[in-house]
This record gives sequence, structure tokens and C-alpha cells, in this order.
Amino acid sequence: MTQQTDMVNGSRPGGGSPGTRAVPVGPGAGRPDAPAGAAPGAPADVTPRAPRPGGRSAGPAAGRRRTGRPGPARAGGSAALGALGVVGCVLTWEVVALAEVVNPAYLPRFTTTAARLVTELGTPRFWSALGDTVVTWALGLAIAVVAALVAGTVIGLVPFLRRATRSTVEFLRPIPSVAIIPLAVLIAGLSREAALVVVVYAPFWQVLIQVLYGVADVDTVAQDTARSFGLGWLRRLHHVVLPTALPYVITGFRLAASIALVLTITAELVIGNPGIGRQIDVYRSAPDAPGLYALVLVTGALGLLVNLGTRAVERRVLHWHPSVRKEGAA
Amino acid sequence: MAENTPLLSVRELSKTYPGANGPVEAIGSISFDVHPGELVCIVGPSGCGKTTLLKCLAGLLPPTSGSVMLDGAEVSAPPKKMALVFQEYGRSLYPWLTVRDNVALPLKARGVPRAERLAAVERAVEEVGLAHALDTYPWQLSGGMQQRVAIARAVAYQPEVLVMDEPFAAVDAQTRADLEDLVRRVWKDLGVTVLFVTHDIDESVYLGGRVLVLSSSPTVVQEDLAIDLPAERDQLTTRALPRFTELRTHVYGQIQRAKRGEAVPAVR
Repeated sequence: MTQQTDMVNGSRPGGGSPGTRAVPVGPGAGRPDAPAGAAPGAPADVTPRAPRPGGRSAGPAAGRRRTGRPGPARAGGSAALGALGVVGCVLTWEVVALAEVVNPAYLPRFTTTAARLVTELGTPRFWSALGDTVVTWALGLAIAVVAALVAGTVIGLVPFLRRATRSTVEFLRPIPSVAIIPLAVLIAGLSREAALVVVVYAPFWQVLIQVLYGVADVDTVAQDTARSFGLGWLRRLHHVVLPTALPYVITGFRLAASIALVLTITAELVIGNPGIGRQIDVYRSAPDAPGLYALVLVTGALGLLVNLGTRAVERRVLHWHPSVRKEGAA
Repeated sequence: MAENTPLLSVRELSKTYPGANGPVEAIGSISFDVHPGELVCIVGPSGCGKTTLLKCLAGLLPPTSGSVMLDGAEVSAPPKKMALVFQEYGRSLYPWLTVRDNVALPLKARGVPRAERLAAVERAVEEVGLAHALDTYPWQLSGGMQQRVAIARAVAYQPEVLVMDEPFAAVDAQTRADLEDLVRRVWKDLGVTVLFVTHDIDESVYLGGRVLVLSSSPTVVQEDLAIDLPAERDQLTTRALPRFTELRTHVYGQIQRAKRGEAVPAVR
């Protein structure tokens, strides 16, 4: 536990001090209110809960707590507020552009941009760029997550490896992905492969650290129970270690998915492999400001979709976890 | 097996932990036998190494010296003939599995065929009175019910020895009385041998056919006391018997002496 603590400060998912079980605050932490359009009463509108101090405590009341779940009225209210925010932004944009505070060549009106976006959506070129971006993102994310899962589980379970890799991980992790673009291009040329190196790099460390914490968080009683009932190491890995690590992994995945998207667009801009990022650069040099802005809006929308998707996965996979579950059902 | 052959035999078991200020002797030397079908309670002052002893018995912790024999074989890894119930049911049950899957997991690991496994799970869950809760998750149940699930999991494993480590320390008094009667019933119904570790003197006398009183650390068996109460026990009448009061007073006195470190070990 101690070696884990000084390994990474800050990105620790659980706030537990040594001896207590750290409940990751990841799933559900820091999320804004219910996403607009979520079905009332769906787990989406569970307000983030503080992790309970003792983790899975053995107290008799541990499993039964009335939860103050916001009703449909509140979910509707927050959706309305969310819409208000969007409308506010759009109006400000439109007014600033109309007043020509900024040269219109650099800041087109929102309405112009929106119209341009609609035209853009009608072109095959846009869809093929979007497809390229999504493929690079998904591929990079998948490689990062799988590699981090395997490496993290192996390193996390072998104390020798954990000690041996600690400083190396701490050295490699803070290197910005963007800083290795020249190296990636040197190795793979101006290609999707080079972009993948960049897209995989940062998310890999993000997930790896989470897996290491998750694996280290396995409860001693849970582990003793499994051993006393004769579960071999493979079954313990499957039924005890991995489910314990899952909340951490999912948190890592959610963060990694966003980072991977940022890096995908960055790589396309800098390396020039096909995708939305390269198209943005094309519109910059055209120059085609409304087109550029339209594509920037698309990247924002992509990020939002990625976030909504990972949260949906989180709610499904972690339905049993204190951050998601509905208690007191029986 | 002959009646006088012990099922579980602990011989001069000792456990020393390495400490910052030199080794710490948790268990001095413990020896005792448990015969098939007995219900033995182990009681001792807090911090006397009850949990250490239990982990050694269960093959989860190697003793520093001495031996544990179960059914004639030395225990060096968790034995298949033993099932454990832990005090911390909230950590011992897996929140990602339903009651059914929690109880079934050890049977799966043992390779019990599916149909047989499901039947065994349902029988065990019914035995503890939770047939209606098979498909709920442990965290949807009250503390007492969760500990029932842990007992069902141990029962379904069909052990020869059921070892319970202060199983009711975290439940309220009324639930506790119900669970004590459940342990007596399971013990009688299944003919299993039970080793019940507790810090509650009344509980040890009410439940046990025998009570082993441990000394404080470094631990030895201070007294091996036969409980000559009627086999049919009842929370109201048994606890009101003059003999019950005598026995609990005796055990209480022994524990007090153990705490002061006055005791001379009864068995060495």
C-alpha cells in the first residue's frame, strides 16, 4: 500500500488511508448532473455519492441506506438548465460575431457555421474523415486498454515486478504524447501507425496506473475466503482480483477514452494522417473559417458521445458497486 | 471412525511474528483435540490470537512450529474438508455476485456438476431460511441475512469441520440470538463438527458442548471446559438455568485471570 501511495500522488482513485479499503471515487465522481435526455429514474441521475469511509464495512447498516435519488422533476430541471447553457453560449457567439468584435474572417457567425456543418454532413468526404478518426481512436484505445490490463495485472500481482517498475513507470508516464510524435514519425512515417503510437501512449499509462491500484486493492478477507474454499489462482484472478479492479479499470477507461480522442485529432493535425484533424488543417489553409469551426464543433460532439458511452458502460458493468447500485431493494 | 479418534488435532502450535522490536510471540503453545460431531467454542481475552490460531487451523497461515492434523492428514494448505465463516461478511461475500452465485462459487471451484451444484445451493440457502433471496445481491440484505448467506456458502461446501470466526460480532443482539440458534440447528441437522471462535462468554457457554478458554498472549489453552447443559437449548430457558450462570461465571473468572496473566495453563 505504501509503495503504491508514493508511486502516484494525485491520480489515486480511492481516498482510503492504509488499512481502510479504498473505494474508488472514479465511477460517478465529478460527473455533472444527469445528461440531458436521460430517462427519469434511470441510474444516470444518481447523484455522485461520497465513498463510504470504511469501504465495504461490516456494520449491520452497511448494506441498507436510503438514498436521496433525485426524482424525474429534478432530472427534467437539470436538463432544462443544460439546454439553457447551450443556448446562452450560442447567443453570445452570435452576438460577438455580429458585432464584429473579431475579424469575421476568423470568427464566422454561429448560424453560418451551423449551415456549413449541415452542408458538411452531406459530403462523403466528411463521413470518410469521421470514419478514419473513429477507427484510429478506437484502435488506439483498444490497444492501450488491453496492453495496460495485461501489464497491470501481471505487474500488480508480482511484488518484485511492482518494485522494479515503479520508478520507470513514474519516469515514462509524464512524458507528453505530443513529445513523441517526431519519434513515431521516424519509426512509422506519416501514417496511421505513427498516429497510433501517439494515441496509445498516454492512455496506456492512465489505465495501467488504475489497474495497479485496483489489483492492490483486493480485500484480504475476500482473498482469504477464496483461498479457504480452495479457489486456485486463476479462479481467484477471475472471481476476486479482476472484479475488485474493475471500478478502477472503468475509471481509467473513461479518462483514457477522452485522452485518446484528443490525441487522435492532434495526431491528424500534426502528422497529417486522414481524419477530422487533417480536415481541420485543410480548412485552415483554404482558408474556410466556417468549415473549420464546423469541424471543431464535431470534435466536441464526439467527445460528448464518448463520455456518455463510457458512462453507460460504467453503469452496466458496475451495477453492484456502491457508486451505482440502488440499495435496500430486498 | 472410532469415537475416540480426534477429527482435528492441534499439537503444540505456536506462531511468532517478526516485529520491529524483535519477534512477537502471538501463540505460545496450543494443543487440543476436536472429535467428530462436537461443537467446540473457543473464547479468550481480546488480542489473544484467536484469529491467528484460526488462520493456522485453516491452512491460511503456516505455524512457526507444531502441527494441525485434520482427519489424519497434516494441514499445510486450506483443506477441502473445512469451511470458514468470517466475521466480516461484508468483505467475505462478493458484492458482484448474487446470493446464488456466492454460494455456488466454491462448488464450481471444486468441479461439482451444474445440476448438482444448483440443487446443493438451493438446499443450503433454504437451510438458513433465505430461499426467497437467491437472486438478490448481498448488499441488498441486512447484516444478519448476509451472515446467513455466508453460513449457507459454508454449508453447501459440505465440510466435515465448520470453522466460524466471531461470526456474530457485527450483528445486533436479537439477530445474534437467532443466528446462534441457527448454528445449533445446522450443527444438529448436518452432523457437522463446529469450531466456533468468539469473544462473547455467554455465547460460548450457550452454544458449546465444550469451551476452550485461551490465555492472553503468548497464548496457551487455559482451560478445557465441558458444558453439561441439556442438549436442547433455548434462548430463554437455557440462559435462565442456574448451571448456565455458574458456567458463565466460571468462564468469566478464567478470562479475568487470563487478562491479569495469573493463570496456570490447564493443558500443556
